[in-house]
Amino acid sequence: MAVSGLLFIGFVLGHMYGNLKAFAGEESFNEYAHHLRVLGEPMLPYSGFLWIMRVGLILALIAHVASAVILARRAAKARPVKYAVKKNNGSSISSRTMRWGGVTLLVFIVWHLLNFTIVKINPSNGDTGGDNPYHLVVDTFDTWWMTVIYLLAMVALGLHLHHGTFSSLQTLGLTGSAVSRARARAAGWVVAIVVAGGFSLVPLFVLVGIIEK
Amino acid sequence: MNLTLKIWRQAGPNDKGGLHTYQVADISADMSFLEMLDVLNEQLNEKGEEPVAFDSDCREGICGMCSLMINGEAHGPEVTTTCQLHMRSFKDGDTITIEPWRAEPFPVVKDLIVDRSAFDRIIQSGGFISANTGSAPEANSVPAPRDKAMRAFNVATCIGCGACVAACPNGSASLFVGAKITHLGELPQGQPERWSRVVDMVGQHDHEGFGGCTNIGECAAACPKEIPLDVISQLNKDLRTALKNGH
Repeated sequence: MAVSGLLFIGFVLGHMYGNLKAFAGEESFNEYAHHLRVLGEPMLPYSGFLWIMRVGLILALIAHVASAVILARRAAKARPVKYAVKKNNGSSISSRTMRWGGVTLLVFIVWHLLNFTIVKINPSNGDTGGDNPYHLVVDTFDTWWMTVIYLLAMVALGLHLHHGTFSSLQTLGLTGSAVSRARARAAGWVVAIVVAGGFSLVPLFVLVGIIEK
Repeated sequence: MNLTLKIWRQAGPNDKGGLHTYQVADISADMSFLEMLDVLNEQLNEKGEEPVAFDSDCREGICGMCSLMINGEAHGPEVTTTCQLHMRSFKDGDTITIEPWRAEPFPVVKDLIVDRSAFDRIIQSGGFISANTGSAPEANSVPAPRDKAMRAFNVATCIGCGACVAACPNGSASLFVGAKITHLGELPQGQPERWSRVVDMVGQHDHEGFGGCTNIGECAAACPKEIPLDVISQLNKDLRTALKNGH
């Protein structure tokens, strides 16, 4: 759970950085997308780097979901009779929403891949953008409800990262003192805000018309 | 003060059980929570009803025998054990819901009493040091660094009451196991069995049916002895080291 989660944190940081290329304009964004496909050539075939990443992410996802299912099942078995009254005193909202938040993110990721990678669904005019991912991005986020869906997903992602970052460090045994624990909590805030905030910038700036075709 | 109590009544391990409502009057703010239940039980005795069964022993907060989930909080609203909780923490007219610890490895024996033998079996699996019997060794013959000794001492305050399990949404006993691992692992006397200890205790913990830790932190907030969450990190670190070295 912790190791696959840390891999995802690395991935979303890289992904978020790439998205910000939209601020540098159409050419720069499309060039970045193209570069991802030719990265490592001629040592790697076309899209080779992307496929290595995809296989790695799929394996990490399987490990992550499998661990989550095992933990959820153990939790359900460990408390078959629920409390009539139960207060939460020491836990963050993010820590208590990891399971449903994770399911929400999984559903979002399926939609996100259909939207931009597998089918390239363009909600405004049906144009898949062809070799121009920049157009697909702008068309997508010019649709207000698409921006809302993405922003809600970023709230879910931010919550998941807030607890996930701390929890992974704790699971790996790196928070053995009050100071290191406080630092791990702070890291959770930083990762959550930087990633969820960074991802939210492009949809917002498209919607208000600053990033445009 | 006058209170409404909603108490879990369950005749035996196989009974279904349910919440029953009782009224108690003229409760003094200086009474402990258990004394308030004693008042209720005297009333029930006079009426010829079965008194409410609950655990208690020392009633001075050091034995770990008392339990009770009080209004959804293990040991109630203060950072202490139920026996050291006083009625001044409540207001006249309050409704108080009292339930037993809820966990599959802590089966209900009767009413509010649960069987915590699972903790004993975890201790038996590795929560000890092996030492030759005989006269006590000279106290300073085994030096322990002060910071390690202090940390060991702080987490050795765990009284094994089970509040961590009761509060944990996953029903995990990781804070309890972590406290024992840290307590013994910080001291020189605990080193020879350190790595087999963590593997055996975690194995027994999982075997008993406790849930897995997701680092939520309810346990540390509920602990009457304020055992910090970093003992779970220590537990994970020791387990990782032990498994890496083939234990």
